Amino acid sequence: MTEPLVRAVNVRKSFGDLEVLRGIDLEINRGEVVCVLGPSGSGKSTFLRCINHLDRIDKGEIWVDGHLIGYRRAHGHTYELRPHEIAAQRRGIGMVFQKFNLFPHRTALENITEAPIFVKRQSKADAEARAHELLERVNLGDRADFYPAQLSGGQQQRVAIARALALDPTLMLFDEPTSALDPELVGEVLDTMKDLASDGMTMIVVTHEIGFAREVADRVVFMDGGVVVEHGPPRQVLDDPQHPRTRGFLAKVI
Amino acid sequence: MTVPSTSTLTRANEQPVDGGRIRPVRHPGQWIGVAAILVAAALFVQFLVTNEKLRLDLVAGYLFERSVMRGLVLTLELTVVAMVLGIVLGTVLAIMRLSGNRVLSFVASGYIWFFRGTPILVQLLFWFFLGSILPVINLGIPFGPTFVEIPTNVLISQFTAAILGLGLNEAAYMAEIIRAGIKSVDPGQSEAAEAVGMSRMLAYRRIILPQASRVVLPPIANNTISMLKLSSLVIVVGLPELLTAVQLIYSRNFQQIPLLIVASIWYLLLTTILTIIQVRIERRLDRSVTGPRPVIRAAERQGTPS
Repeated sequence: MTEPLVRAVNVRKSFGDLEVLRGIDLEINRGEVVCVLGPSGSGKSTFLRCINHLDRIDKGEIWVDGHLIGYRRAHGHTYELRPHEIAAQRRGIGMVFQKFNLFPHRTALENITEAPIFVKRQSKADAEARAHELLERVNLGDRADFYPAQLSGGQQQRVAIARALALDPTLMLFDEPTSALDPELVGEVLDTMKDLASDGMTMIVVTHEIGFAREVADRVVFMDGGVVVEHGPPRQVLDDPQHPRTRGFLAKVI
Repeated sequence: MTVPSTSTLTRANEQPVDGGRIRPVRHPGQWIGVAAILVAAALFVQFLVTNEKLRLDLVAGYLFERSVMRGLVLTLELTVVAMVLGIVLGTVLAIMRLSGNRVLSFVASGYIWFFRGTPILVQLLFWFFLGSILPVINLGIPFGPTFVEIPTNVLISQFTAAILGLGLNEAAYMAEIIRAGIKSVDPGQSEAAEAVGMSRMLAYRRIILPQASRVVLPPIANNTISMLKLSSLVIVVGLPELLTAVQLIYSRNFQQIPLLIVASIWYLLLTTILTIIQVRIERRLDRSVTGPRPVIRAAERQGTPS
């Protein structure tokens, strides 16, 4: 079997006295779609943010595509990476936020071309051609010149997905991508994510959408209290949970 | 339930007579106010035109006088150069203060503390008299050999002292304005910038500062207008800008009021121009928020709900 794309080993993280992650071990294979479920405060968003070093871990290690995230090992010592090295690692990992975080002063097209032009130093023409393709892919080909404030929440989130894809990531992270949306707009974002999954993208999705997890996920991870309580195929975890905490959570949300 | 005075409320069976046309609330007070203002304005104009002691003929005569023109140009030069220095250095100081690096943050706080905490008059005079406490400026290795020696008085002219005094002081105030602007930008923005692999500096340049500029523009315009008039302090280093130029004239001919009107007319004109520039930049920066939606041509319309 090939090396997993993501490997987390005993990941720990505290905010002050509060230990949010208490030893996470998880492996995710290439092309796999993993949905992370759990009550709020379970550490699932923090874990996701640690994968691209938006939050730094205190102990353990996270490997993505053969790279140790945020740190460098030499002669048995662990050193923090320099900011530009961390920035380089992040380019292989796309991130989609709960509140979209589009750049409000740039059009949909400019939101997508910003990093390719200024980070990857692509030509403006190449970046724009690619951005138009990506906008077509998320069904927003006609909204290129719109500013975020002129788009609906669902449209904004789809632009945010296109923006993350513009750097050709090997891994996509979704942090509750539909939680800030009006109910009637959730579907269009989930559809875009389904398309992405069927194209073979490796995805880690922190979500409350049980239906999406059941339909799209290869594996469901249930987190509570800073640890992975159980994980497995959606059928097993969602329909026949082994742990009482998983059962309790599912009973509340379904 | 308590019901307010019933005289203004509609009875259940009241029917509209003119198809239900809605008449807006009337504001008779506004018309009385307008009338009062018009009367006051007419009185003021009459006072200006009929009062011979105002010597409006002198105002017209001195408006384009050569020393007044030179003072006006100097006021403009000082304001522009000091504000550019203030904004550039202020931005650097604001970013230093907000950086996680304690040394940078401490240095920036110390700078702001010192330059806001001492009178600007003292700072102007300090730069001007620097030569008396530090006659020569040496460039070289500290405590080691010197490569270049420049007499301080050569390096710091009256104009340089004025710019250092006004600009370095302005930078301290500007740093706090820009810091407030940066903090007004949603933290999610720098996270999104970092997530697409931007460095801190690139994120500031492309994402954070452009958004902060919308917030800091009005206070920057404030400070620029204030600098127009603050620059008259440079008389202490012997530079005659606009206000000093007219003071020099009325100290000879004792026509204080007409000459002060001359200076005020120019200050008002400059302030008007600055305000127009401010409104234009603001409108440009607000385009992304309040601008019109682009038109979608039917040919490229897709089945997207909007």
